[in-house]
Amino acid sequence: MMLKLMIVDDSNVIRRKIERLHGNSLFKVVASVGDGAEALAACREHRPDVVTMDITMPNLDGLEATEKLLAIDSELRILIVSALSDRDTALRALECGARGFLCKPFSEEHIKNALEEVIAE
Amino acid sequence: MEDNQIKSFVDSVVNYFGHLRDKDVSVGTPFLMKQGEKVGYELSGRIGISGTRTGWVRYTAPRVMLRHWLLSMGETNTSGAYMRDVIGEVANTISGNLRRAFGSKFLISLPEVTEGDSVSPPAGERCYVVPVYWRQYQSAMVIYLH
Repeated sequence: MMLKLMIVDDSNVIRRKIERLHGNSLFKVVASVGDGAEALAACREHRPDVVTMDITMPNLDGLEATEKLLAIDSELRILIVSALSDRDTALRALECGARGFLCKPFSEEHIKNALEEVIAE
Repeated sequence: MEDNQIKSFVDSVVNYFGHLRDKDVSVGTPFLMKQGEKVGYELSGRIGISGTRTGWVRYTAPRVMLRHWLLSMGETNTSGAYMRDVIGEVANTISGNLRRAFGSKFLISLPEVTEGDSVSPPAGERCYVVPVYWRQYQSAMVIYLH
């Protein structure tokens, strides 16, 4: 069964890069939104299984959004995909409940592997 | 900026463009931009820096390069909005990656994209420039830290 994926990033180019993952038989993209506030609404509507989440976004950042999404659905698996590459941010993301952390820039192979690790847990 | 900070900036630029695995990308020799000098192409993505340091990081490139680049990435939408998006994302990613060296108190703003303006050092200050070449195009990453 394909898992439902929601993509949260304020860059259209990044969202479309993830949407275009080749040979992707694991995920079906059910929502692709540009900030944390939109992610909360889309989560209630589409009930995704997995989320890729940027951090630096307008309205509601990715770390706050992660906590709020997990309050809606504690089983949600969230992969942070961010340019913020310092150790403290990665630890903070995990403390917020994210299952994985992937630094930008990323290749198709990197994000596929990271998503597979997040769902394998 | 100290030598190790300049190196971190150059490493971040090299890492970003090296990651593209595109044999046509190369990073030129960094240079110091002095008062009165300018660098600038049609679009610039600017990230403001605050926290432990203040300043900005900019990526500036010609539209034709960004359009060509989007197509090479498999993106079929090469509208102005997508060109602004990609230039902001380059500046954002390179700035965010600098936190590996500068730490989590090196705060970065959301990208701001401007058109047609030249990048020059603030009065009495200096900037560092890293030229970036892709195919027949030239662009530049510029950093100013107070």
